[in-house]
Amino acid sequence: MRTIRDTRLIFERSLTLSLRNPVWVIMGIIQPILYLLLFGPLLTNIARMPGFPPGGAFNVFVPGILVMTALFGSGFVGFGLCDEMREGVVERMVVTPMSRMAMLLGRSLRDVSLLLAQALLLVVLSIPFGLELNVGGVAVGFAMLALIGLMMSPVSYTLALVLKNEESLAPVVNGVAVPLLLLSGVMLPMSLAPEWLQTLARFNPLYHAVAAMRALFNASYGDSEIVFGAALLVILAVVTMTLGARSFSRAAA
Amino acid sequence: MSAEAIIETAGLRRTFKGKGGPVEAVAGVDLSVAAGDIFGFLGPNGAGKTTTLRILATLLPPTAGTACVAGFDVGREPQQVRKRIGYVAQAGGSYREATGREELVIQGRLFGLSKADASARAVEILDSLELTDAADRTCGTYSGGMRRRLNIGIGMVHRPPVLFLDEPTTGLDPQARARMWDEIRKLRETGTTVFLTTHYLEEADALCDRLAIIDHGKIVAEGSPSDLKREISGDVLTIGVNGHGERVVELMAAQPFVREAGLEAGLVRLYVDKGEEAVPHVLRLLDSNGLAPSTMDLHRPSLDDVFLKKTGRSLRETAA
Repeated sequence: MRTIRDTRLIFERSLTLSLRNPVWVIMGIIQPILYLLLFGPLLTNIARMPGFPPGGAFNVFVPGILVMTALFGSGFVGFGLCDEMREGVVERMVVTPMSRMAMLLGRSLRDVSLLLAQALLLVVLSIPFGLELNVGGVAVGFAMLALIGLMMSPVSYTLALVLKNEESLAPVVNGVAVPLLLLSGVMLPMSLAPEWLQTLARFNPLYHAVAAMRALFNASYGDSEIVFGAALLVILAVVTMTLGARSFSRAAA
Repeated sequence: MSAEAIIETAGLRRTFKGKGGPVEAVAGVDLSVAAGDIFGFLGPNGAGKTTTLRILATLLPPTAGTACVAGFDVGREPQQVRKRIGYVAQAGGSYREATGREELVIQGRLFGLSKADASARAVEILDSLELTDAADRTCGTYSGGMRRRLNIGIGMVHRPPVLFLDEPTTGLDPQARARMWDEIRKLRETGTTVFLTTHYLEEADALCDRLAIIDHGKIVAEGSPSDLKREISGDVLTIGVNGHGERVVELMAAQPFVREAGLEAGLVRLYVDKGEEAVPHVLRLLDSNGLAPSTMDLHRPSLDDVFLKKTGRSLRETAA
């Protein structure tokens, strides 16, 4: 099928180009590693406080850091697209008969692949800090991370196609990503928050994603947040993908 | 509608939202381009050249009117049009971190070629554009002329019958420009119809079989470069008269050997039948009226004279 073939072509091309100049990939991993090294140790004591969810400090902290990496990593993928637009690459491809969905999906799958590689590195680095590894839970957790990537990267690409340059894109992405991050309980569990903040957080899909990831990392596979979070992410990813592909077909106009 | 027209538009319009109300970038363009021609779209920046080109290349829907390219309506059957056209934007199209070969191969594959066919086609194009030595270097390392040649190569991968080039030589040095002209002429030999935009008079003159002059979204003249110049019969005489322009124009307009007299950027412009005979007449007339010319220039009509006559402005000034 045309879409699958074109998606593979764009995926291979964009992955090759990303690995040729991996500055973004490296920058994307440095920040979470710093959190792991310089913020993680703080949590060992806080984890004993009442209201902290069950599980070791790092089994609570690492899933949050992974969601943060996914959010910011995928949030800024539009930067690369701005660069391609400036050199006329997007316009050139829009004039070919290729699938519009493939223009988006090929790039998003590249973003997800890089994200999962970063996540794997983070998980491995967390083991010496005391992360208790539940392989099955981590594997399903990675699938959720992939969904977050598939949900967020089309948003970033759509914004890039509309705004066309990095200077306008950066504040918009930050404006979306920072509240999402703060209301997701990534840093500290939302169970420590006052009632109104908890209520607000429940409207944030990433809050549910983080809750689901924590349940998975703690091997609490019966937690209802897992199914709810996954379903929510699938629905949102389908919506953002559809809108994103449409923006590509209008990219040039 | 001519039988062999490969590009045809009727009443093409495109309006953009501007700050002070809607702006009509293309204001009713009727065009017909014969298959196999190099067709030039000449006009100053902002005249509507690129907008028209983008409509024809399916990038932009027209606000009104129709456009047919290679037998298909751009609005109704854009996929059919896309299979049959190549488009090279001003922005280029090649990515600086990809190699020339990579760009050609992926372009071929996006048009449905197998890996082997796309690679073979890339080799062929690299060879014909003399880019083989640079094939595996990233495009960012290419010179301006090399990068433009590659971009045209990318547009030609699927052997489209129609190729659109937006300002193919803008910013190139004279040598690279001449080289690019040769490449474009080579395309004509393969039967490709080339539709290019330019604001260079020399380019339109040297390269195009036919051209349309566009200003403020409207076509003001159309024909072969020589036909257009022939419309202005005779020669053009420009005289610098140190601020006495109005008086000299009045004086000259009354002379039988002057077809038309006007003032343009402080210079008196006379359209005369035989320039070499007019010069002594003019000198004597000026002298007997106590006027002394500061400069005098006699030339065959150029496309700039055509533009000037149709729009009242000089393209050289508006393009600068």
